[in-house]
Amino acid sequence: MTLNIENTSVVKQKSSRDDKTMRVCMCLIGLFLAVAIVLPLYSMLSKSLENKAGDFVGLSNYQDYFSTPALFQSAFNSFLISVIGTFIVLTIAFAYAYALTRTKMPFKWFFKIVAIVPLLTPSMLSGISLVYWFGNQGVAKSFLMGEPIFGPIGIVLGSVYWVFPHALMIIITALSITDARLYEAATALRTSKLKTFFMVTIPSCKFGLISAGFVVFTLIFTDFGVPKVIGGSYNVLATDIYKQVIGQQNFQMGAVVAVVLLTPAIIAFSVDRFVQRKQVALLSSSAVPFAPKNNNALDYTMLVFCSFVAFLIICMIGMAQYASLITFWPYNLSFTLENFNFDLVEGGGWGSYFNSIKLSVYTALIGSIVIFFGAYLVEKGRGFQFGRNTFHAIAMVPLAVPGMALGLAYIFFFNNPNNPLNFVYGTMGILVISTITHFYTVSHLTATTALKQMDPEFESVSASLKTPFFRSFQKITLPICIPAILDISVYLFLNAMTTVSAVIFLYSANTRLASIAVLNMDDQGELAMAAAMAMMIAYTCGAVRLLYAIGSKSLIIRTQKWRDK
Amino acid sequence: MSNKIDQTYLKVRGLTKNFGKFTALKDISLDIIENEFVCFLGPSGCGKTTLLRAIAGLDIQTYGTISQGGKDISSLPPSERDFGIVFQSYALFPNLTIAKNVSVGLENLGAKSLHIKNRVDELLGLVGLMDQSDKFPSQLSGGQQQRVALARAMATSPGLLLLDEPLSALDAKVRSHLRHEIKELQRKLAVTTIMVTHDQEEALTMADRIVVMDNGVIEQVGTPEEIYSSPKTKFVADFVGTTNFLPSIITSKDRVKVGDVVLACRTEGLPIGSSTMASIRPEDVNARNVSDGDQNVLQVEVLSLEFLGSFYRVKLGLFDLKTDILLADFSKSIIRLLDLEVGSKLKVSLPQQFIKIY
Repeated sequence: MTLNIENTSVVKQKSSRDDKTMRVCMCLIGLFLAVAIVLPLYSMLSKSLENKAGDFVGLSNYQDYFSTPALFQSAFNSFLISVIGTFIVLTIAFAYAYALTRTKMPFKWFFKIVAIVPLLTPSMLSGISLVYWFGNQGVAKSFLMGEPIFGPIGIVLGSVYWVFPHALMIIITALSITDARLYEAATALRTSKLKTFFMVTIPSCKFGLISAGFVVFTLIFTDFGVPKVIGGSYNVLATDIYKQVIGQQNFQMGAVVAVVLLTPAIIAFSVDRFVQRKQVALLSSSAVPFAPKNNNALDYTMLVFCSFVAFLIICMIGMAQYASLITFWPYNLSFTLENFNFDLVEGGGWGSYFNSIKLSVYTALIGSIVIFFGAYLVEKGRGFQFGRNTFHAIAMVPLAVPGMALGLAYIFFFNNPNNPLNFVYGTMGILVISTITHFYTVSHLTATTALKQMDPEFESVSASLKTPFFRSFQKITLPICIPAILDISVYLFLNAMTTVSAVIFLYSANTRLASIAVLNMDDQGELAMAAAMAMMIAYTCGAVRLLYAIGSKSLIIRTQKWRDK
Repeated sequence: MSNKIDQTYLKVRGLTKNFGKFTALKDISLDIIENEFVCFLGPSGCGKTTLLRAIAGLDIQTYGTISQGGKDISSLPPSERDFGIVFQSYALFPNLTIAKNVSVGLENLGAKSLHIKNRVDELLGLVGLMDQSDKFPSQLSGGQQQRVALARAMATSPGLLLLDEPLSALDAKVRSHLRHEIKELQRKLAVTTIMVTHDQEEALTMADRIVVMDNGVIEQVGTPEEIYSSPKTKFVADFVGTTNFLPSIITSKDRVKVGDVVLACRTEGLPIGSSTMASIRPEDVNARNVSDGDQNVLQVEVLSLEFLGSFYRVKLGLFDLKTDILLADFSKSIIRLLDLEVGSKLKVSLPQQFIKIY
């Protein structure tokens, strides 16, 4: 009799105190995420369905948008620029990555370092540099054969420069995970080199290429800095939002443009997620790593090619460096530090530089703690599957939201006088929140990957040993994951330093940032000073990167002694 | 009878575990006696690990109850249950020294530091790793790491020790050595122990009782001797050790017909005319002093000989049964005595008491 009763009632596990604490903590971080991304997006979406008086008007704003040729034109422009830019970046990045992973080209270390330089600079820097190269008084103006640099050519060139390392990193990863045995098999079957390339190499990194393509497309499509500086009268979506909101105070239309901007980004994001899932399934753990063999013709062709690419990158940042030290281009080429005297002009000053440092430090500190802890709770929590899945899903959203859309959404949400959180508007706080949110997903995924690599039975053992979760988190998880946490904080720092898209809508007179000062100075025609400020950002990022390389090595030696055999 | 109930330490009743539509455990009931060493044995996917994890509370059962030491623990989270656990992957905390790994549990109980030190020394002494206490896990061999895991699991003197395939990641030599050590330690510390394994040799040598599982149900519970010599089901006979299965039909109360040959054996009361399997283990096939008048004599031909060190496994073709093959283990002396080689013809007998019908 009793057996029957037992059989009919599903056993529900009681939650331990730790389970409850972990859930509460996770819900708190989840609540932060909801406030920082879901609610603002919602208010932006509803704003795009309202008229100026705030009444619901359905899709009529969208009708206006698509029937205004000038506005619709910029959607087309954005698309065109992104397609061309993506194609160029993928071609160059693939060859560059191939040289780094599949040949015995000399000086690889040098080419690796040069390739990450664009990551250290705000995207506007390439625009400024292009003005000096090809602008009305540019040194190489004749190269363009009469075409103006201000417009599509400038945007494509500038975009190619700054998205190059993003594409390169993805393709390098894709090319590194091939199985050497496939090549041995192809050689044994006497397959020609060219056929092997199309039969083995391309298919094995196909998903990486697709993924890189979507990432690059989204980056160019949603970028604000480059078109702002070098776009001239050639309108794209990102600059349109800015004009609608800041120029014309037309918030509804700004919201519509932001939603239009969001659409391809979401499509790209979903396809990329799908593709990445497939790629994982293709990887076998028993793959033999590929070791390139000497091939003089290939190695030296690649050396010439990579040198050329590296030369272009150095030209780009080199020109910005040079311009920042010149008295008055092109008439007085004597060196000066006068351009670093930022306090001479309106809208920036050294204060903005220190604000940027402050923002970056807060973002890196708070961001890496919150994001890593959140990822830990999701990954290592017990039960409450629904909550954990929801958290993980929300954490994915920021990747699909362009900075311009995020910034605008923040205006709608936080600047609403009825919002109890209204007080953060115009403070450093909202800049920190928006920056953490903007770069949440990649950091969350880094943390999740590191946590997944830990033995899942650590938690089982800890439970059997009655270790409270905060204790095992502090004594086991944190020490093991220090490298990943450092990665996250540097990633957040560099991005906080260089970002402009979300914060452009959110800064106040007291919280101007260096990257925004670059734009403002450029607007006022103070190009040399803009270059100088952009270089300040680059120096800082470079220094942090260097410090990280040295510091993390010594920190890892000190704290990760247990990794040695 | 009452005595036995008092000794029952772990009582599993009506345990069912569903993963979506898949049922991993079907209405499992099981008693484990205090201080007993029990092995869950079965092929992968039989549910043995699922059962262990349900007992630990790591993956809670869908239905059913578990009580430990008279206390109902069915719905308790793992941190409120009383067990130590050892995994195939060792799961040692890589950033803590050996001594620290062992002392974690004691620190959580708020033990005094002197007591902790003594206990850690005692345990590391027991597993023979006293001099390694300041090393990190990655500096130890697999076998040593598993010993540390064992010491860690036993540090807080839990009432129940759970071992999840603890030896499967180790190489053969270390494995057989550690087998004895674990068994020895278990006896010394007198702790009720459950070990999950797919290795029958491990189960047969270590367990006081074996629980053979397949497809989410218990096939048989018994001592190693019972499991090996009187398997209750065909699955057990097949999974534990090697067995010949001969398709047969029951012809009378104590006779079955295999092909054209009639064999004398117990038929376990199965109805006459039913198709069954007659089984006999290779080592029970007898070739010494067989004469025509004996019971269950077969004419066979040697098809192949496989040398296995202390004995030969011989593949025999059955003349009378045409299609079937009989495996037999013959000692070297029999091979020499009968001068057996491929193609030799001989007579073997299948002793009635060793034939089982399924």
